[in-house]
Amino acid sequence: MPPDGWPEKAARFTYIVVTRFFSIAVLLAAWEILARSGTFTPFQLPALSNVLLRIWQDAVTGDLAINTALTLYRALVSFAICAVGGVAIGMAMSRNRLAHWFFDPIISVGFPMPKIAFLPVIILWLGVYDVSKISIIVIDAIFPVIAATVIAIQGIERELLWSARNMGAREREMLWQIVLPAALPQIMTGLQVALPLTLIVAVVAEMLMGGYGLGGAMMTASRFANSTGVFAGIVEIAVIGYCLVKAMALLRRRLLIWHQEANEPTTA
Amino acid sequence: MKQFIRYLPLLLLALGWELAARLELVSTTALPPLSEVVVAWIDMIKTGELVTNGLASLYRAGAGLGLSIVIGGVLGIAMAWSKPVNVLVAPLVEMFYPLPKSALIPVTVIWLGFGDGSKILLIFLGCMLPVTIGAFNGARSSEQVLVWSARSMGAHKLRMLWDVVVPSAMPELLNGIRTALALSFILLVSSELIVAQMGFGYLIGYLGANGNYDAMYAVVLTVAFLGFAADRIYLLITKRTLAWRE
Repeated sequence: MPPDGWPEKAARFTYIVVTRFFSIAVLLAAWEILARSGTFTPFQLPALSNVLLRIWQDAVTGDLAINTALTLYRALVSFAICAVGGVAIGMAMSRNRLAHWFFDPIISVGFPMPKIAFLPVIILWLGVYDVSKISIIVIDAIFPVIAATVIAIQGIERELLWSARNMGAREREMLWQIVLPAALPQIMTGLQVALPLTLIVAVVAEMLMGGYGLGGAMMTASRFANSTGVFAGIVEIAVIGYCLVKAMALLRRRLLIWHQEANEPTTA
Repeated sequence: MKQFIRYLPLLLLALGWELAARLELVSTTALPPLSEVVVAWIDMIKTGELVTNGLASLYRAGAGLGLSIVIGGVLGIAMAWSKPVNVLVAPLVEMFYPLPKSALIPVTVIWLGFGDGSKILLIFLGCMLPVTIGAFNGARSSEQVLVWSARSMGAHKLRMLWDVVVPSAMPELLNGIRTALALSFILLVSSELIVAQMGFGYLIGYLGANGNYDAMYAVVLTVAFLGFAADRIYLLITKRTLAWRE
C-alpha cells in the first residue's frame, strides 16, 4: 500500500528528473549521432563514446588522476591564498586609512584589467613551474575577493557595531564575532566569483607552460592532432568545474545557515 | 589635487619601477625601466605594429562579444518569457556555466583553425552565458504589477515584451554584459597567446620569445589599459542608459 500522496510525489519526482535531464540527454545523443553519421570527420567531432573510452583509459593508466590532482592543487592552493589574502587586504583597507589610500586606486584600476596578459612577464620572472602558475592565478582571482570584502564591511549596519561595542566587545571579539560574520554573505559572493576564475586561469597557464595538468594534457593532445584527447580534456575540466561550483554553493548554504537568505528559494 | 592624492599610489609604483630598474636592484632583462618601455611603445605606434595587431584583436573581441550579447540576451529573455524554452535550455545553461571557458581554446582551433574565426567563436561561447543569466534574472524579476497593468491596458504579448519585460531586465542584463566584457579580454589574450598569427597576445608572445622585453612590456601595459578603459567607458554608457530609473 503506497503512502499518502504517493502518486503525486512520484509524478513530481519524474517531472523534475525528466525536465532536468531531458535536454542534456538530447544534447549528448545528438553528439553521438552526429559524430557517427559522418557529417563531421572524427577529427572535427570524435564520438562521445570514444571520448568516454579515452577518459576511461586515462583513468586506468593513472594519467587522469595525476593531471586532475595537479590542476586541482594549483587552482585550490591559489584559491586559498586569494581567500585569506583577499579578505586580509580588504579588512586592512577598511580599518586603516593608509592601506585604503594605497590599495584603493590599485584595486579600481587593476580589477577590470585583463591580468592574464601579464602571464609572459610572470614566466620571465618565475619560470614555468608551479610558483609562476600559482602566482598568475592569484593575481587574476584575488581582486574580486578584495573588492567584495571592502564593500561587505562598508555595508555592515552601524547599529550592530555600536551595540557590540556598547556591550564591551574588545577589538578582537568585534572582528571575529561581529565584522566577519556580518560581512560573510558578500565575501562568499566574491569567493564564488574567484573560484571559477582560478580554474580558467589554471587551465590557460597549463596550456601555455606545458607539463602535467589537464590544460597541459589538452595542449599535448592538440599538438598531436588527437582531437579525442582534446574533447576528453574538455569533459574532464567541465566535470571538475561543475563539482567545484556546486561544492562552493553548498559551503555557502552551510556557512550562512543562520542568515535569512538560507530560507529564500535559490536557483543554485 | 584630491584626484592627484587619490592616484598617487599608482605614480609611486611607476616611480618604484623606474628606480628599481635604473639602480639595477632587479635584472633589467626581467624589468626594463619604465621610460624605455614608453620609448618602445612610441616606436611600435610609429611602425604601426601595435595598431594593426590591436585592430585585429579588437575586431575579434568586438565580434565575439557582439554576437554573445545579441544571442545571449535573446535567449535569456526567452527563458524567462516561455516555460518550455526554460525547461529546455536551463539545464544546459546550468551545465555549461561552470565550465572554465579557456578549456574551449583547442576545440575552437580544431573547428575553425588558427585565424579570426576560432577566437570569435571562443569569445562568443565564453561570453554568452553571463549575458543569458543576466537577462534571465532581470526579465524574471520584472514586477508582476507592471505586467498586469500593461495587460489590463490591452497591451498584447509582443508589445508587453518590448515595453515592460525588456526594460526591467535591463539593469541585470547590463551587469551580465559587464562580466562578459571582462571575460572577452581574458579569453582574447589567452587564446592569442596560445595560438595566433596576429593580435595583442601573439605580439606579446612573439616579442617575449625574441627577448625584446621592453616592447613586450609595452604591449602588456597597452592591453591592460584597454581592458580598464573599456570597463570605464561601459560604465559611463550604462549610467546613461539606466538614467530613466532614477
